[in-house]
Amino acid sequence: MPGFDFSNYNRNAALHARGVPLPKATSTGTTIVGCIYDKGVVIAADTRATSGPIVADKNCEKLHYIAPKIWCAGAGTAADTEFTTALISSNVELHSLSTGRDPRVITCMTMLKQHLFRYQGHIGAYLVVAGVDPTGTGLYTVHAHGSTDKLPYVTMGSGSLAAMSVFESTWQPDLDRQGAIDICAEAIKAGIFNDLGSGSNVDVCVIEKDQPTQLLRNYMKPNDRPQKERNYRFQRGTTAYLDQRVISKEDMKKYVTIETLSGDDNLAAGDNMEVDS
Amino acid sequence: MVSSHGTSGMLGEDGIHVDMNHLKSGEVNLGTSIMAINFKDGVILGADSRTTTGAYIANRVTDKLTQVHDTIWCCRSGSAADTQAVADIVSYHLNMYGVTNSEAPTTQVAASLFQELCYENKDALSAGIILAGWDPRHGGQVYSIPLGGSLHKQSFAIGGSGSTYIYGYTDAHWREQMTEQEGIDFVRSALQEAIKWDGSSGGVIRLVVLTKNGAVRHLYLPDNGYTGPGVTN
Repeated sequence: MPGFDFSNYNRNAALHARGVPLPKATSTGTTIVGCIYDKGVVIAADTRATSGPIVADKNCEKLHYIAPKIWCAGAGTAADTEFTTALISSNVELHSLSTGRDPRVITCMTMLKQHLFRYQGHIGAYLVVAGVDPTGTGLYTVHAHGSTDKLPYVTMGSGSLAAMSVFESTWQPDLDRQGAIDICAEAIKAGIFNDLGSGSNVDVCVIEKDQPTQLLRNYMKPNDRPQKERNYRFQRGTTAYLDQRVISKEDMKKYVTIETLSGDDNLAAGDNMEVDS
Repeated sequence: MVSSHGTSGMLGEDGIHVDMNHLKSGEVNLGTSIMAINFKDGVILGADSRTTTGAYIANRVTDKLTQVHDTIWCCRSGSAADTQAVADIVSYHLNMYGVTNSEAPTTQVAASLFQELCYENKDALSAGIILAGWDPRHGGQVYSIPLGGSLHKQSFAIGGSGSTYIYGYTDAHWREQMTEQEGIDFVRSALQEAIKWDGSSGGVIRLVVLTKNGAVRHLYLPDNGYTGPGVTN
């Protein structure tokens, strides 16, 4: 049978009841946002991946491809967002091939919600689905339990509160392309700076009718690390010494066997050495 | 509405069986005020627009009035995921019914479908649904399907966390055979009161009026004390 194995679920829950902590899933503390504008839709994400308190990846990709004009931003369990979007992307392409039509955002959203609902929230994928199709522009949020919302601007992840504050204070109904990119990037920056789970760079994806989709990877780098102004390299001769002795190769031969290797000078000596003789 | 589980995880008293009678942590909740009433020419459905995850408002302009057929609609309360899934399934069956029988399904058929799903899956669902519809045979009808999956035909129904605050109000002000305007005013002022007292309800008030002329949507904003703009289609 395909799918997940839940046989350890009750055991873990029973152990948890006796004070053993439940196994920890790696999740991406994340800020993801989306916003529609007159001719299309923009989604954006930060690029920090965490496992517990550790930053696992400083520049990961949270914008996932579904179809050429449908993209997805993912928060929650990293593996689940990756595999869920890949699965739906595959099914959307097969569906589009069999119908001979361009895929629709609402189709993709429905497939995602039905998949996630079947797994009752055990697949921890929180997604922002966006795109353009023959019916127009689409922007949805899909929660792990399978509920969906349709809104002109959306935020998700641990940084969603910081990001939403940007939308709620500066969003207007008649945004143009650059206006939508600006507000999305600003919302992600609010997440990067005010949410511990989010950080590093801003990725942006712009989807517009009759225009190729643009993935603006690292659209902003507000945390770029410049060349250090000082370093800890000490000058030769900094350390004082009391005695100096030069041991010749001949002296060394008293203690170890020395074999001189022939061959390419470019190769490090160790690369040529045979470990077993 | 989302309870914390303490150290016991999701387990019941015996420490083995899983307690399904709560929202899964992080689940999107419709802590809601919903209602539906009969009036002279049909039915009116009404709802607030707040959806919450814990203390956060995930959507302040939610549409909890969901169409499952031309003039059969429902009000959703409880888990957003569960009620959307149930409504989608019922919507599918009613559309199939309409096509295969060349006749629109009655509100009663829709109510039975909802009840079947809510009762058979009662252990896995937290869905409180009020169904209302108009059909040529029976006119307007209102059904309530609370948590256990029972089915109640009523002259009017209220539901969601906010409804507890308006049992007295609705009982005192209810009259049979109201006009459309009287009905709209009744639903709107009752929901206004529920929103006022219930922290899990809020945002705008949405109404749908179902008569022989079809479905008409209304919208009432908090900016002007829920007096307008009114009809939106």
